[in-house]
Amino acid sequence: MTMRRLLQSREAILLAVLVAMVLAIAARFPQFAAPASLANVFNDTAILIILALGQMVVILTRCIDLSVAANLALTGMIVALASLAAPAIPVPLLILMALAIGGALGAVNGILVWKAHIPPIVVTLGTLTIYRGVIFLISGGEWINAHEMSDAFKAFPRTVILGLPVLSWIAIATVALFAVLVTRMPLGRAFYAVGGNPHAAVYTGIDVGRTRFAAFVISGALAGLCGYLWVARYAVAYVDIAAGFELDVIAACVIGGISIAGGIGSAGGAVLGALFIGVIKNALPVINVSPFWQLAISGLAIILAVAFNARAERRKGRVILKRAEQAA
Amino acid sequence: MSQPVLSLSGVSKAFPGVRALSKVSLDLFPGEVTALIGENGAGKSTVVKILTGIHMPDEGEIRINGKPVLFATPHDAANAGVTAIHQETVLFDELSVAENIYLGHAPRTRFGLVDWTAMNRDAAALLLSIGASLDPQARLRDLGIASKHLVAIARAMSIDARVVIMDEPTAALSAKEIGELYALIETLKARGKAILFISHKFDEIFRIADRYTVFRDGEHVASGLIDEVTPGRLVQLMVGRSVDQLFPKRVRNPGDAVLTVAGYSHPTEFEDINFSLRRGEILGFYGLVGAGRSEVMQALFGLTQPSRGAVNLAGRVAAIRSPADAIDLGIVYVPEDRGKQGVILGLPIVHNVSLPSLNVTSRAGFLRMAEEFKLARAYTARLDLRAAALDQDVGTLSGGNQQKVVIAKWLATKPKVIILDEPTKGIDIGSKAAVHEFMAELASEGLAVLMVSSEIPEIIGMSDRVIVMRDGRIATEFANDGLTPEMLVSAAAGIGVDKAAA
Repeated sequence: MTMRRLLQSREAILLAVLVAMVLAIAARFPQFAAPASLANVFNDTAILIILALGQMVVILTRCIDLSVAANLALTGMIVALASLAAPAIPVPLLILMALAIGGALGAVNGILVWKAHIPPIVVTLGTLTIYRGVIFLISGGEWINAHEMSDAFKAFPRTVILGLPVLSWIAIATVALFAVLVTRMPLGRAFYAVGGNPHAAVYTGIDVGRTRFAAFVISGALAGLCGYLWVARYAVAYVDIAAGFELDVIAACVIGGISIAGGIGSAGGAVLGALFIGVIKNALPVINVSPFWQLAISGLAIILAVAFNARAERRKGRVILKRAEQAA
Repeated sequence: MSQPVLSLSGVSKAFPGVRALSKVSLDLFPGEVTALIGENGAGKSTVVKILTGIHMPDEGEIRINGKPVLFATPHDAANAGVTAIHQETVLFDELSVAENIYLGHAPRTRFGLVDWTAMNRDAAALLLSIGASLDPQARLRDLGIASKHLVAIARAMSIDARVVIMDEPTAALSAKEIGELYALIETLKARGKAILFISHKFDEIFRIADRYTVFRDGEHVASGLIDEVTPGRLVQLMVGRSVDQLFPKRVRNPGDAVLTVAGYSHPTEFEDINFSLRRGEILGFYGLVGAGRSEVMQALFGLTQPSRGAVNLAGRVAAIRSPADAIDLGIVYVPEDRGKQGVILGLPIVHNVSLPSLNVTSRAGFLRMAEEFKLARAYTARLDLRAAALDQDVGTLSGGNQQKVVIAKWLATKPKVIILDEPTKGIDIGSKAAVHEFMAELASEGLAVLMVSSEIPEIIGMSDRVIVMRDGRIATEFANDGLTPEMLVSAAAGIGVDKAAA
């Protein structure tokens, strides 16, 4: 019974689709399914996975964070500038800095949603533009290139431990952390309650505004962390890095079955949604599909995922008959 | 006697499980105001919905000027010259005053386009004729409620309405605005409009109405000229029925005071509320809709902040700044709108039940699933919840079982005081009896119950004491000993009890 429900879950279906996709590609290009190649795809998707997890908690509370990519770019630029000015700063300190700066930028969103009651889509559309503008102000529009960054700065995400780069390990750790957060901690439960029915959540003693604030801070902190990881990995920082990446992040959540209406979703779903996009982006060039078709396929996947989820919601009828109650 | 412009005869309407109207009749005369009087649930709003074409009657006839008509849609009713001004007027906030007045029948130019000049000019003339000094081009959202009523009335005039229905039009108006509304009603009467005036306020009815019609439990009870009746007689007609429902017998032995409220005031909602509640007691709060009962409860639960006053809980001063504080102190609130404010769809039953108790079931910041299941199992079993598994989505349960989940959720916090806001509103007779049974059980176990209810039988049948609120203040407190419906209604409506007895 529990097994059946597990197999029918959104996550299981998405996983099956993902595996089928990899197998289909491997049928023509066997080298794609080689462990090293798959590890590469995972590493390429690591940042998307981390951001999708942050976005997930925001969407669970019936909000949305459009500013993640701008936050990433701004924090990345600040960290790169800091490292440039004082190359002696150790990497762990830089990572803490990135988390703090990103968290603070997320807190700006959170405060505006909580205290000023501005719709999240408007708030984060505004801060997205502001954060991009600030990058231009602090960098003067200049690029920071690989040769200006210290080796330690660039090496950290690429360091291989137990066969995987640190970047991948950070993504794995984040997944584990978020799985625990949303299933095993009161704050995680509050995210679901606030998104599922904010009116009822108030009556159970949950502060809806504060919970949303927390979600934005978490999303921001992860965006900040990814800021460092992105700049270090690609060894370049400029105004437009990760431009439009917030849409990939939201797409990953939607494909992963996280309801835009709030209250429904899981860490596993967000990860699978991100991997789905990662596989499409990495595999389609291998099998010579044009970039246009990559976009079209991603778009189609989003629409199919939403249509599927909407159908799953609708099919659930109310149980009124007594015997159906027993059978349910 | 003149011919009625609109007349209902033998009209019945049933909804699943409820007979809302049973062979009622109602006549409206040109140039006269007819007051429609009745308790909540007497069928007043159903009549309004039938007259405005929202519901079709199951049987009976509607005649306009003696000719039978059929209002299949709201459009038919509007075409026949029946228009309604609701408590919350149905107009378009983002459109201008003139557009609101002429929406759907705007003057056209030769080319079939809206003739804005003519529309604004006509609207100005129309507004002037009803003594309203409004700019036709002002946006509706910038107007107060009184002005919105004026716009609705102007709209009624523009479609040449013969019948104007006013459903508690003064509920949100200031004294000055009410005066202006009365003047406008006089204007409408002078032009021969028939007005149906629905109100709970007797001073208003006697000030403005020419005739009255009383409904009780979906039946027509009496009609006549207002000059030939007294307020006391009207109250008797409204409530004149024995409390024949069965309520659980309770042994009444309240214990020590649990909750004492003194001088509780809010800047706009209520003032100088004083009462005490004892262990094992059911304290009923009665009053008209909008008397401030729920608002007092919401302040007690920390949803709003009172400006003055003290709350004493079990002998200690309680500072309640948020619902979380209230729950910690042992006060829980079961809101009126349990569908919207109760369960959280998408979460399984067990998580719905444990939500306000997570600080008990978790340890060191981590949730303990086993503890949550234990808690949920204990309290849902007590309420005889029918569910296959506690980890199924609460949305798959029937409405009655969802209610049980809501109540289990609150009981699991082991409260000292439980506030029930309209506990049986909108549920069928059988479930009502179960809820009453359950309330009695809670009280017998020592829980203190605050029950807000607008249903007189429930108030009389369940309460140990009753507090009646009127206009944000406590009007009277009754011990439930020989309490009659007349006493409650008179206190709620502000009529002297001596007059009511006449």
